[in-house]
Amino acid sequence: MSAASFASTGGPPAIPHLDVDPFAIGFFADPFPTHDVLRDAGPVVYLDKWNVYGVARYAEVHAVLNDPMTFCSSRGVGLSDFKKEKPWRPPSLILEADPPAHTRTRAVLSRVLSPTVMKQVRDRFAAAAEERVDLLLEKRSFDAIADLAEAYPLSIFPDALGLRPEGREHLIPYASLVFNAFGPPNQLRQEAIERSAPHQAYIAEQCQRENLAPGGFGACIHARVDEGEITATEAPLLVRSLLSAGLDTTVNGIGAAVYCLARFPDQWQRLRDDPTLARNAFEEAVRFESPVQTFFRTTTREVELGGAVIGEGEKVLMFLGAANRDPRRWDKPDTYDITRRTSGHVGFGSGIHMCVGQLVARLEGEVMLSALARRIAKIEITGEPKRRFNNTLRGLDSLPVTITPA
Amino acid sequence: MPAITFIHSGGKTDRVDVSDGESAMHAATRHGLDGILAECGGNTMCATCHVYVDDGWLARLPAMADDEDALLDGAAAERMANSRLSCQIRITHELDGLVLRLPERQV
Ligand code: HEM
Ligand code: FES
Repeated sequence: MSAASFASTGGPPAIPHLDVDPFAIGFFADPFPTHDVLRDAGPVVYLDKWNVYGVARYAEVHAVLNDPMTFCSSRGVGLSDFKKEKPWRPPSLILEADPPAHTRTRAVLSRVLSPTVMKQVRDRFAAAAEERVDLLLEKRSFDAIADLAEAYPLSIFPDALGLRPEGREHLIPYASLVFNAFGPPNQLRQEAIERSAPHQAYIAEQCQRENLAPGGFGACIHARVDEGEITATEAPLLVRSLLSAGLDTTVNGIGAAVYCLARFPDQWQRLRDDPTLARNAFEEAVRFESPVQTFFRTTTREVELGGAVIGEGEKVLMFLGAANRDPRRWDKPDTYDITRRTSGHVGFGSGIHMCVGQLVARLEGEVMLSALARRIAKIEITGEPKRRFNNTLRGLDSLPVTITPA
Repeated sequence: MPAITFIHSGGKTDRVDVSDGESAMHAATRHGLDGILAECGGNTMCATCHVYVDDGWLARLPAMADDEDALLDGAAAERMANSRLSCQIRITHELDGLVLRLPERQV
């Protein structure tokens, strides 16, 4: 693995420099040994490859997430610093914003995706999960990514948003582009941006008020314009946030959960014995696999973190996936345990930017896993799982399985 | 160190020590109590840390913010006049002895 070099300059303790590239294909294939190296090197490290600071321990990741005035989002939550570089698309009004601007847009999306709204969509989401299992039971052998992890969210989320039937094939490529674009200017990012024009055109159209069906999440966002909470030009951009962050994330979340349950038959059996554990089984998969692996912040001032001093205007990379398996915080971090107390994991972030769609994700995860557990006796992996590579998202490209009915 | 009591919906009681300034939710999850899920980890986003504040204590708690108020409407168990989110209750010496009742369900 990478060696750490310590350049002692006197004054505050030197920050270990690592030659790790956390955006390389080799790293994505198996990030865990490198996560160990990053955590053990120190509370704060410096990654020479991209000239950024990194935090991989739970305590520092949590601290950075919860100090948004010092570690800001408005200069981009990817490597690119919006103060120095033109963003590849108009910045997000929520993800890439700081208070007070963030507070206002956040309130709108929180309300659109509130627990009260979840109660209203719950039956619909659960019925679609049952229908998905009907189809899978007919097939018996299938790809658990395409036919389950992708097919299920695609069968409910675009309708819940109120999207038109045409053009939905752009949704996953657009999301994959957005999450690749948070990374450094490597091949994944460059190629995604080069091919982005048709996807961006679709998204821009689809976010307009007249293209969103009444009653959906999209129309609810536009309705806040009439209340004066946001402007007519802001509304489409807030709809865009749900299109960017609401689909591919849950695909990878559900994919992670199915992959865990297929790999760890004892946990599958526990879920079979008590399907009410479905919600926690999903949550634990989000901790264990961390479908969103990383986000950046930018320092607004010189700051001391974990004994290290970081100057103003520096990018800090937070390894959410490494924090979620930090042995300093978690008992048996590398074990998938569906009865674990998962509260406090940072798979959905933490603090003011903590995932505004977390209730949607949990609802999808819960009803899907619960339907599987009640109606399927066994899930067997029948071929080599293939990984999908993305600068931010962690997940599989294919997972061949065969199921046995209950 | 202040201590507070949780009464489960079945009647079982748990008394837990709380560090000064810690939230009631955090104390409960730290002690492994069932009955509080706290899915969002205390970020006022999930309403799965719902509690009913025992008579007499309600008026002594700090007032609730708008986001807590809105979230409580979506709590899984019925919202009552003494409903609060335990992640928003910071325990100080003045709240030593606080009694919180747990709802039947959090999701
Ligand atoms: C398993 C699924 C999901 C995971 C792992 C996930 C993860 C995350 C993370 C880590 C953040 C924090 C970003 C930051 O701190 O900079 C976040 C924010 C966000 N997520 Fe999710 N997410 C998921 C599902 C969803 C869904 C279903 C939606 C929409 C319905 C959504 C919409 C958003 C939005 C709009 C933000 C920005 C919030 C803000 O900046 O205040 N996410 N998500
Ligand atoms: S822990 Fe989520 S609202 Fe209190």
